[in-house]
Amino acid sequence: MIAGISIYEILTVTSALFFIGVYGFITRKNLISILMSIELILNASVINFVVINKYLYPDMLQGVFFSIFIIAVAAAETALAVAIIINLYRQIASVEVKDTEIMKY
Amino acid sequence: MEKYIFYILSLIIIVFAIASVTSKKMLRSVIYLLFVLCGIAGIYFLIDYNFLAAIQLTVYGGGIIVLIIFSVVLVHHIEMELELARRSKQILVALICLLGLGVFLTTIYTHPFNVIENSVSTTTEDIGFGLLSYEKGGFILPFEVISVLLLASMIGSIVIAKGKKLTDKNETE
Repeated sequence: MIAGISIYEILTVTSALFFIGVYGFITRKNLISILMSIELILNASVINFVVINKYLYPDMLQGVFFSIFIIAVAAAETALAVAIIINLYRQIASVEVKDTEIMKY
Repeated sequence: MEKYIFYILSLIIIVFAIASVTSKKMLRSVIYLLFVLCGIAGIYFLIDYNFLAAIQLTVYGGGIIVLIIFSVVLVHHIEMELELARRSKQILVALICLLGLGVFLTTIYTHPFNVIENSVSTTTEDIGFGLLSYEKGGFILPFEVISVLLLASMIGSIVIAKGKKLTDKNETE
């Protein structure tokens, strides 16, 4: 654990990061920017897993395993999302949310 | 000493995260995201999880950022300005997010965490043994499932990104 830093301060930082991600997710109009906001949200939750593991249950490693899995799933999700965005750009020449209608049915 | 490093890192994380979600230029916003991810890797180094910090730097800093930069370069002009939401909507969303942050923080600060003072150091060996152990509490099954998921998503993204050409060829055969 970090000397002189309580768990509350780290959780404050991660909560702020999470809500910055939510703000970006709602206000952005571009698919790639929304993807980046999702990365922020996922990272905030990963830090929470690691910190709670380290501060409350230091002799276990479950938090670390879960964060590794979250990072792997995030990588897979980003690869798929980028593929979908590029394919969409080929078909409608735009990555704005308001133009994205062809995947609805 | 570690205290001040943590404060500097969290300042970097918060400032660059805000810059990343409000910047009008697409590529700049990706680079700000890279700074945020590097700051998070620094926090992992501080709490003595070197393996996780290395994963964060290689997968996020090396893989995902490059992937996003590629997609930005492929679908945007570098100098293109992003369309932002209306001012009133921005303020409304910011207020709602602050409200949610307040709820989170009051919940966190009123909850008594049962913190155990420790200086346990985790080696990569422990993580490897835990991931591959098939005894009680082992993670071998999720580990294998994740590898199948990565393979499936890799094939899926190739098929999706290849798009029409693949299906056209199949139809003519």
